[in-house]
Amino acid sequence: MLRIRKAPMLAGALLILVFPWIASRVPAISHYPDLMVFAGVYALITIGLSLLMGYAGQISLGHAAFFGIGAYVSGVLTTQYGVNAWLAMLLGALAAAVVAVAIGAPSLKLRGHYLAMATLAFGIIINIVFREEARWTGGPDGMVGISGLTVFGYALDSAGKYYYLVWGIVAAVFLFTVNLIQSPTGRALRAIHASEAASAAMGIPIARYKVIVFTFSAVLAALAGSLYAHYMNFINPATFDLFFSIKLIIMIALGGMHSIWGAIIGAIIVAFLSLEWLHYFEEFEIVVYGAVLLLVTIFLPEGLSGAPAKLMARMRR
Amino acid sequence: METFPFLNQLLQFLVTGLTVGAIYAMVAIGFNIIYNVTEIINLAQGEFVMLGGLVMVSVHTSLGLPLLLAFPVTVLVVTLVGVLLDRLAIRPIRKPSVMTLIIATVAASIIIKGLAMIIWGKSPYDLPAFSGRTPIDIGGVIIQPQYLWVIGFLVAVAVGLTLFFNRTILGKAMGACADNPDAARLVGINVRHMVLLSFALSAAIGAVAGLTLTPIALMDYDRGAMLAIKGFGAAILGGLGSFPGAILGGLILGLIESLSAGMLASGYKDAYALIILLAVLFIRPSGILGNLEVTRFKRF
Repeated sequence: MLRIRKAPMLAGALLILVFPWIASRVPAISHYPDLMVFAGVYALITIGLSLLMGYAGQISLGHAAFFGIGAYVSGVLTTQYGVNAWLAMLLGALAAAVVAVAIGAPSLKLRGHYLAMATLAFGIIINIVFREEARWTGGPDGMVGISGLTVFGYALDSAGKYYYLVWGIVAAVFLFTVNLIQSPTGRALRAIHASEAASAAMGIPIARYKVIVFTFSAVLAALAGSLYAHYMNFINPATFDLFFSIKLIIMIALGGMHSIWGAIIGAIIVAFLSLEWLHYFEEFEIVVYGAVLLLVTIFLPEGLSGAPAKLMARMRR
Repeated sequence: METFPFLNQLLQFLVTGLTVGAIYAMVAIGFNIIYNVTEIINLAQGEFVMLGGLVMVSVHTSLGLPLLLAFPVTVLVVTLVGVLLDRLAIRPIRKPSVMTLIIATVAASIIIKGLAMIIWGKSPYDLPAFSGRTPIDIGGVIIQPQYLWVIGFLVAVAVGLTLFFNRTILGKAMGACADNPDAARLVGINVRHMVLLSFALSAAIGAVAGLTLTPIALMDYDRGAMLAIKGFGAAILGGLGSFPGAILGGLILGLIESLSAGMLASGYKDAYALIILLAVLFIRPSGILGNLEVTRFKRF
């Protein structure tokens, strides 16, 4: 998608703005702002991940680890060392960036599945670290007592207030990413996705661009992790396991990896699926996720955001 | 031999390391068979191993079939799952790319895992060892008879595959698909059948690994992913696509894991093999016996 139109963005922003007010009027969905906080946290990760998958053509099976790094750096620094929450958030993002360059630089020089496998292994290692380093992380039981966030002394102590913080950040990141896609960097990324050989011949430093995108996506995931930790006030390793990395892939595939809108739509749908709707399936939940992912990959490779265009093309025929 | 407790312990780690390594080697061989024919990294490979163990539990323990009958039935069932994987998840993809294929095998693996959880529940299962559990004591080093079965099956699989790929027309046809699928098609080889066969074969070997591993380490629905990633580590360490490399890589990985878990922090037992995998990817992605120049010409 070369141009991102302004009208849907305005409409989306307006919807986000008035949604808590609507939810508060309808008792059946009065708890939806709480779910939307999680959806926003997921959306922060999927925006970066969709850049990586849809534009740089690389897949990460370990983004739960960066999510976890952000959450644990925030959790440990604020509860055990009394660091300011916003500073801790910055340090968490910085830590994720350093790790992402270290993992990404060697594996992105190679082609195909190497980043997938490296991130898969990396994600499992980091999860083991969360479980084993109980002195800091509290081990498998996790850590409690992570404080909420305050902005200039104003406490964001309800779902409604936190909602605006999270979605404000999502909106800022969204705008930044839209501009990025339309900049020379975005064009370079699309060129790399279309043909690595051709873009290399045009003088585009392929590996460097891929590492930049991978690092950007890791930083966003870490930021999401910090926001998650301060909202839940509790974190444990199970939140950041391999299955969450796979869930992120499901969000991207479902929404459509070639569009930033897809990242947000996928994040919202999966957040509601996992926190609200799939409870009915209980044991079958994981099978449903697998089936959704497989069916989308086979029948709807462009995801939901690609569906309207596909439908139009079919009707015109 | 009480005078050398350290040496004894070291030898003990070597024995268990080689046994676990033989399992990793079999998983790595499974990766290579599919990779050589299709260039797909089948992330559901570990689920074959898990199914091998659990189906054997049902057939052997629950249905009471004797070992000699339960073995082929289990391998057959898991082979069927491998065939279904190709037909239902891989072949329907219209525009295969590295990404869609990785996503499809990941999706298949969580479907298989979820179904296994529904069928067998979450608790781990044991199997009777094939020839009892009376340990063989060699100078203070304890060897379970089942260890010998695991090594024996690895040898059998290696010999069988060598004969298959070098001596039979079918095996040579699969080898031709690995070298150049277009040229193979031109000389009249049905590449689709070869892809299906590669999934069947690699599922069968995964099943063998699973049902020999279960009497040693138990089996539950959640073991697939870890076995897959370690088997992939073994395949990468030896050189992706190379069968001798898979065996070498598996055994080395098993030894490293066993020694490091014994000597260093055992809580990180699962991490050591993965750290080795990352190190190989970063330092020498072609592995010990692989050739990076060749992988540059692969489609994916």
